[in-house]
Amino acid sequence: MRANTWAGRNKVKVRDVPDPKILNKRDAIVRITSTAICGSDLHLVDGYVPTMQDGDVMGHEFMGEVIEVGQGVDPDRLRIGDRVVVPFPIACGACGACAAELYTCCENSNPNAGIAEKILGHPVAGIFGYSHLTGGYAGGQAQYARVPFADVGPLKIESDLTDEQVLFLSDILPTGYMGAEMCDIQSTDVVAVWGAGPVGQFAMDSARVLGAAKVIAIDKEPYRLQMAERAGHTPVNFEEVDVRSRLLELTGGRGPDKCIDAVGMEASHGSAHIHAYDRIKQAVRSETERPHALRQAILSCRSGGIVSVIGVYGGFLDKFPAGAWMNRALTLRTGQCHVQRYMKPLLKRIERGEIDPTRVITHTLPLDEAERGFEIFKNKQDDCEKVVLKP
Amino acid sequence: MTRLATREAVKARQDEVQRRGRGLGWMSLGLGVAQLAAPDTVRRISGVDDSPTSRAVVPLVGARELVHAAGLLTSRRKSAWAWTRVVGDAMDLTSLGMAIAHRSGRRRRRLVGVTGAVVGITVLDLLTAVQATRAKRIGSVPSLRGARRGGSMELTATTTIRKPPPEVYAFWRDLDNLPTFMAHLEEVHVTGERTSHWSAAAPFGTNVGWDAEIVDEAPGEKIAWRSTGNADVPNAGTIRFVPAPDGVSTEVHVVLTYDIPGGTVGKAVAKYFGEEPHQQLDDDLRRLKQVLETGEVVRSDGAPWGKRARKEFPQRPAQPLSDSELAKGADA
Repeated sequence: MRANTWAGRNKVKVRDVPDPKILNKRDAIVRITSTAICGSDLHLVDGYVPTMQDGDVMGHEFMGEVIEVGQGVDPDRLRIGDRVVVPFPIACGACGACAAELYTCCENSNPNAGIAEKILGHPVAGIFGYSHLTGGYAGGQAQYARVPFADVGPLKIESDLTDEQVLFLSDILPTGYMGAEMCDIQSTDVVAVWGAGPVGQFAMDSARVLGAAKVIAIDKEPYRLQMAERAGHTPVNFEEVDVRSRLLELTGGRGPDKCIDAVGMEASHGSAHIHAYDRIKQAVRSETERPHALRQAILSCRSGGIVSVIGVYGGFLDKFPAGAWMNRALTLRTGQCHVQRYMKPLLKRIERGEIDPTRVITHTLPLDEAERGFEIFKNKQDDCEKVVLKP
Repeated sequence: MTRLATREAVKARQDEVQRRGRGLGWMSLGLGVAQLAAPDTVRRISGVDDSPTSRAVVPLVGARELVHAAGLLTSRRKSAWAWTRVVGDAMDLTSLGMAIAHRSGRRRRRLVGVTGAVVGITVLDLLTAVQATRAKRIGSVPSLRGARRGGSMELTATTTIRKPPPEVYAFWRDLDNLPTFMAHLEEVHVTGERTSHWSAAAPFGTNVGWDAEIVDEAPGEKIAWRSTGNADVPNAGTIRFVPAPDGVSTEVHVVLTYDIPGGTVGKAVAKYFGEEPHQQLDDDLRRLKQVLETGEVVRSDGAPWGKRARKEFPQRPAQPLSDSELAKGADA
């Protein structure tokens, strides 16, 4: 089959690889009809996530048709011919973490847990196409994928919604939603979201759906801010204005009640010398993150507020504003999204028309053009927000 | 002396060596920094401020001291690094001897003083190096690195499994199940109510076998066993099944003890366990948890062969296996 693979730093390559086969009894094989490039794929391509190997099949946002199931898959849960969206975390459904609905902390799905444990203290779940640290599973930017624990994760789509309407249930819609949910949003809340990429856009929409009074979008790309503005959110361009003063202005001096970091480890900074400081430390690996968005969110949040982190971090960061966090009684909440927890309720919201996931799609390309897709997405060319690939 | 007391004595001596090694490391750091930061002061105190050669030599010696310091402060192998200090001392004494021969008066008196101090330090270095080498030879256990004369190794590991204690106990008590998740075990053959024969893969493609008996058990709570007869590597183990606070799970606590023999067998065993014997037992328990909670050992494309996962790092790429790879199986 054809698959998009990691080919070293700053390089992806579509090549021929073997078709997947059943390896565990609870596996299913899915013929992929739609898949997507995620912002977190860029962290892999930029070389900031360790344990990637040449030839690793990428991609963790995909959906398609079940064409084969292992003998251990309960037919009441999944059968050949089912149309499914596959969540990016691989979770067994039986361990303590899964029982607590903390699916991205599944204790069984990562065969390389011993390695993850060394870097992160405790292991994390397996993830499709996301390094050997999270299991070494082939991803979904391909024609077919093996889906372990197929009786736990995949969500059956039984209505006539299009692929584009449901594909993002695999990752970015639940991730944005969890970012807003962690904020315990009240009707009086002003919510500021750092990053107007696809996850940020969905965090903003979710904050609105959950009842926030005002939602602010912080980014530097005019087209991304315009996209947020069209959806009813208030744009702040950090290259044009001082974010802190603008946020004070927009909140009557209080600061946003809730702040969401939808940026993560590769943030840009309006100030060139601060950006250079972190960029250099990151390049020589003396810190692994460029945490400007997180720092600014903590410093901006009103006292007693909540800072919710859904942007991806991988290692260690410097200059964490612990003083602001502690003395101003801030709550920091975070996690890779426990997608399985949110798929069904969010599918209902899509069916009811409360959220329109298709609004972020700017490009649809054949799988064979994945390399070009990465290029324009990474360099924000052609007003690129979200690339969907068709195998 | 009992075996345990011997082990504790060895450990105390190793601790002392580590402590002294670190002390010497700090001293090297101090000397190195002084020689690099204020070479002229050092030259004046030593009485060699009249020589242009010393202007180059003193900072070089300082740089060398920093290398000693780095080694002694960061490495656990104090013996090798203590010997590098002894070599450095010999070099220093040679230079000092030459310097004394060419000087007289106040400078000579200063040089003799410095030489006296270096002789003292040399004695300390030599003592530490010899002791560190001895301590290493007697007991590289538990790290087993370079074990030549054998010793005993104790491994502990624990995990929590979301199944009640009677179920986890029953799975383990059915000894046939052990090889499904224990990396080294090939087969366990039950030979009687409490006796069994175990076989394990050993280095160089050979197999070792031994008989074992259960010496103590409390259903649902505990099993203790030990090897019997003429086992190549006498071993014993205990596993306890403790109800977890959540009321549904079981905490599994394992203790394994191996008496590593001397000679070739001991060396082979040490090599086989590698640098991280604990990691292997942790991984065994992780797979036990996978089998009990999900039905089997979990496989990925990068680590498709279950219990050999860790030995295969760096792994095959995370892309599907070809038919021929699948056919060859774990031995590929």
